[in-house]
Amino acid sequence: MSTNARQSALAHALLKRATLWQEAEARAQRFRRARSDDAADAARVADDYRVLAHDLARARALLPRSRAREYLESVYAGVHATLNHGDWRLGAELVRLLRVEIPASAAWLRPYIAWAVVLFVLAAAAGFALVDRFPELVALFASPDLIASVESGKLWTEGLLNIVPSSVLSVQILTNNIVVSLVAYCSGFLFGLGTLYILGLNGLMLGAVFAFVARHGLGAALATFVVAHGCVELSVMCLSGAAGAAVGEALVRPGSHGRIAAFRSAALRTGPVLLACAALLVGAGLIEGFVSPDPRIAPVFKVVIGISYWLVMLALLLGWPTRQIRRARRSAS
Amino acid sequence: MNEAAQHLSVDSATGIDVTLPLAGIGARSYAFVADWHIRLVLGFAWYGAAALLYNYLRDGTVSVAPPASNNARWFGAVLVPATALYFLYHPVVELLMRGSTPGKRLAGVRIVTRDGAAPGAGALLLRNVFRLVDSLPVAYGLGLVLVGVTREHVRCGDMAAGTVLVYEGSSSGLALTPASTAGALDVATAELVAELLSRWPRLTVAARAGLARALLARCGRAAAELGPLDDAALKQALIEATRVAGAPP
Repeated sequence: MSTNARQSALAHALLKRATLWQEAEARAQRFRRARSDDAADAARVADDYRVLAHDLARARALLPRSRAREYLESVYAGVHATLNHGDWRLGAELVRLLRVEIPASAAWLRPYIAWAVVLFVLAAAAGFALVDRFPELVALFASPDLIASVESGKLWTEGLLNIVPSSVLSVQILTNNIVVSLVAYCSGFLFGLGTLYILGLNGLMLGAVFAFVARHGLGAALATFVVAHGCVELSVMCLSGAAGAAVGEALVRPGSHGRIAAFRSAALRTGPVLLACAALLVGAGLIEGFVSPDPRIAPVFKVVIGISYWLVMLALLLGWPTRQIRRARRSAS
Repeated sequence: MNEAAQHLSVDSATGIDVTLPLAGIGARSYAFVADWHIRLVLGFAWYGAAALLYNYLRDGTVSVAPPASNNARWFGAVLVPATALYFLYHPVVELLMRGSTPGKRLAGVRIVTRDGAAPGAGALLLRNVFRLVDSLPVAYGLGLVLVGVTREHVRCGDMAAGTVLVYEGSSSGLALTPASTAGALDVATAELVAELLSRWPRLTVAARAGLARALLARCGRAAAELGPLDDAALKQALIEATRVAGAPP
């Protein structure tokens, strides 16, 4: 038999197995979409994997440019994914994010968080000292309307709800805060410089505005307004700054694996914290829209709300509730 | 895991690598443009329908104009959902469709991790966060440049989330049937014949006749012999060409 005839016979013999491939594809799809839990079917998927690997190796040699080989590649990839990665459930993914990924990410970020807090506090102190010493410099940090309002003895937050409804205010605030937080993180892409700039600038602005307001005897009123939402909002600013700084450091000092690999690793490690930040800012925005500007709510309640929400944030980042659940399950078993 | 140009190659327990073809700038752009149109239409459709309903219920007018002053109901029922549909389309739909979107389906691509699995919720959301960077300075400029110059055709979001876009295989790729594979034709011709037969009803009579004659000529049938054959006879001749002589039909 000539080589060509032998090759042709082998190719045709291989192609006769197409029905098996189609059955394997259908079986794998059932498992991938969680539509089957049959043990016998599962064993058959494992057998399919070996059969497909064998047929694919032959197809690559005998029919390298054929549609049959392309099809076999895709079926093999599907069965491989089914066996190695199981089915994909949105609920389980989100629970995993909450229970495992966010606490792990926050733990890894601890040194960066410490540095971000130091930078933010120093910047705020610098802003405070600057405007306390040179009040006219507040024009660098605050709008003319804000300055005029404070100089007339009124906080710009007073009567806010007469102009904008709480729901509108909340959505505007949380959208703005989330965007600032995401920008602070993504600016880490500029070798961390963008993140440091945003963190420093926000600290300076906060300190400067507080100094200006305090000079006009409105410091306590502003603190009362800020406390309910500010505990979490300012913490989130530091968290997203820390995450951005980690990404920036990975680009500055990539180590032995190269810059892209280091960037990927840092982004994957810090991403869950950023998602937690976005979720926390939704809550902070709602508090800022509904609680903070409302004069009917006593300052002590605002303090309680602020501290409680901050503890919720801490629990989320440290995985406290899930840790308790795991411990209870372990002791029960 | 290792990567060859244009393919993502993943090690497997059988020793035969899983090979996934990487989607390039064209497939990505096609998917994005399709998704962009979908979210734009969804956003405008919501705005239009909700605004009409809102104005009609409020004062009986048929108008999509916003109220003169800030209004919480208008904001919550009309503006926020329409904006959310546009801006949250990608993260939400990718989560719900396991790393795919209608546009990606249309382009035949999907998102996978670098080991070929469907990405987790964290990776999908992170990939979307980095759209902020990819969209710089305008119209996804940075993202497009990165897709063009990187070996795996990835944008910044993919680099961060450890994902790639690959072409999705489907059973429509298998044009051969067991009957056709048993013929005496070479595999390439047999595949072409089987594909033409599978697409036969969707082609115009003139187009399928031309293709059938060309393929039958390739199978060794003389042009003079094919001349008088009509549409049905050409199809029958193609089916016969893929069968072993003497085999049952």
